[in-house]
Amino acid sequence: MAKVGMGGIAGIWTEEHAVVKAAAKTRESGYTKFDAITPYPVHGMEEACGIKRSWIPYVTMVTGVVGLLAALLLTWWTSAVDWPINVGGKPAFSLPAFIPIMFELTVLFAALSSVAALFYATKIPRIDPPTIDPDLTSHKFAIFIPQNDTGYDEAKIERFFRELGASDVKKVAEY
Amino acid sequence: MLTRNKLVLGNKSVKDITEDICAPIEVYPSKGWLGLFTTALSILIFYVIILGAVIGKGMGLLGVNHPNAWGTMIVTFVFWIGIGHAGTLISAILFLFRQKWRTSVARTAEAMTVFAVMTAGLFPLLHTGRPWLDYWLFPYPNQRGPLWVNFRSPLLWDVFAVSTYATVSMVFWYVGMVPDFATIKDRAKNKIRRTVYGALSLGWRGTAKNWAHYEMVYLLLAGLSAPLVLSVHTIVSFDFAVSGLPGWHTTIFPPYFVAGAIFSGFAMVVTLMTLVRIGVPEFKNYITLDHMEVMNKIIMATGLMVGYAYGSEFFIAWYSGNPYERYVFFVSRAFGPYAWSYWTMITCNVLIPQVFWFKKARRSIPIMFVVSIFVNIGMWFERFVITVTSLHRDFLPANWGNYAWSFFDGAILFGSFGMFLTLFLLYLRFFPAISIAEVKPVLPVGQDHKGGH
Repeated sequence: MAKVGMGGIAGIWTEEHAVVKAAAKTRESGYTKFDAITPYPVHGMEEACGIKRSWIPYVTMVTGVVGLLAALLLTWWTSAVDWPINVGGKPAFSLPAFIPIMFELTVLFAALSSVAALFYATKIPRIDPPTIDPDLTSHKFAIFIPQNDTGYDEAKIERFFRELGASDVKKVAEY
Repeated sequence: MLTRNKLVLGNKSVKDITEDICAPIEVYPSKGWLGLFTTALSILIFYVIILGAVIGKGMGLLGVNHPNAWGTMIVTFVFWIGIGHAGTLISAILFLFRQKWRTSVARTAEAMTVFAVMTAGLFPLLHTGRPWLDYWLFPYPNQRGPLWVNFRSPLLWDVFAVSTYATVSMVFWYVGMVPDFATIKDRAKNKIRRTVYGALSLGWRGTAKNWAHYEMVYLLLAGLSAPLVLSVHTIVSFDFAVSGLPGWHTTIFPPYFVAGAIFSGFAMVVTLMTLVRIGVPEFKNYITLDHMEVMNKIIMATGLMVGYAYGSEFFIAWYSGNPYERYVFFVSRAFGPYAWSYWTMITCNVLIPQVFWFKKARRSIPIMFVVSIFVNIGMWFERFVITVTSLHRDFLPANWGNYAWSFFDGAILFGSFGMFLTLFLLYLRFFPAISIAEVKPVLPVGQDHKGGH
């Protein structure tokens, strides 16, 4: 993601397949810091932009295991260590009875931390971030190249975007 | 060649979708909506008063007493929790199975889940009799020993299951709406709308890198919700099955409850969707007759599953040779004082959905509406049958007694619909009722002819 406040230049497309193609071409032309902005997840865009697989599943895995162990620790310590109470003659550490709690806490920890990881990865919540065009959340697509990208040259990029069928090219003061 | 019908009708462009789905939120509410909302709100206010009375005066206002220590509140709790299951099934399990038709109904079904779980969640909290002490349900260090909760009790498993389910389904629902809130924000003409939806959208911008993470999290949440939803009604069934009472103490309960939950939930989805289609005619292009038909098929399939479970309970009661269990099923349940509720359940849940064998019935809005209402009634009675007919005549005839149904029992059941409908109508008014960002990719346009992908 481009840094907050970074200026640059953005091309706007109205066709999904055109923007995917443009993203692939942009990548081939050597730009590395560009990003595509689409109103919905566009099939094939990740490959076109060369985006790596999200790392969030690792977070899910680890926090799920933490949730499982936390539940095991909680049930074991409260039921068998801190104040063991004889309930229906069951052993103090009655593991099968604790499985539902362990399952629920696994899911709870994994789900909430995956969403927290999403917030971290996508840098939300953000208050009123700058937008390039309000239609980019509706029916238009954009590719944004920040000023600090290698070989940044406004005139060249504008020509390049136009050649790829951009309906509009905008200079963005801040994105 | 077999071709699939289009998921979205009316040759919509991507822009049309945004406009169609945002339209109900961006216009002044219709008279129909205002009328329904006023009615629902009145029922909600009535409900609040009734609940105030039940909390202030006590649980004695309801018919619960020895031997029927569980009654309307537990029955209605299981009813509403079950309703919620269809939403998660559609949003999570059908997502994992790559069922693209789910996209246009998933949002509303999830909303239904969230509101049904909210409605349901109140009942066990109030049923404790002293709801102001409900925080005792959670294991926290306290000055009473510390005295910990009993982790071997299914009732406590339920606390964890329902609260986890409520949390995760709300988060799943909200995460799904974030990109759509950004769409509404960007379309906003006035400042307040822009600020409110901007805050709700959390500053979402939809860059390709963000979408990559987002889709991954959506998949993860679906993967986590799928076993979660199965666990919730399994654990609800443990509330009954772990006891030693004939009629409750059966191993078929977990799958039977889950099938029943999906059955009732889909019926509620069909009820609500028929109404949404009437309220917002434009949505007929998104929630098509094909959508309704597949849901009716699921209703019929799950209806047969619960029918099988009803039969299996009788078989096992006979086969086990246990005289108490035989009595509960063959005498008390089928021919006892509550036989009418049992046969209402059989009629509504097993017999009536059979009309869906006929394609005409599956595709007729009036027929499916009526059937879905019957299924809702039948599924409430199923929980009534399970709870009350098992309790009212147990091992000792000296212990027998009927449920003392009171005005307040009826009032909380009726009132709970006020709470659910108020929330649901507010949702239709303020939230995008169809997932904008999820419907667009299922369009055939853009998946183009000029050598796209």
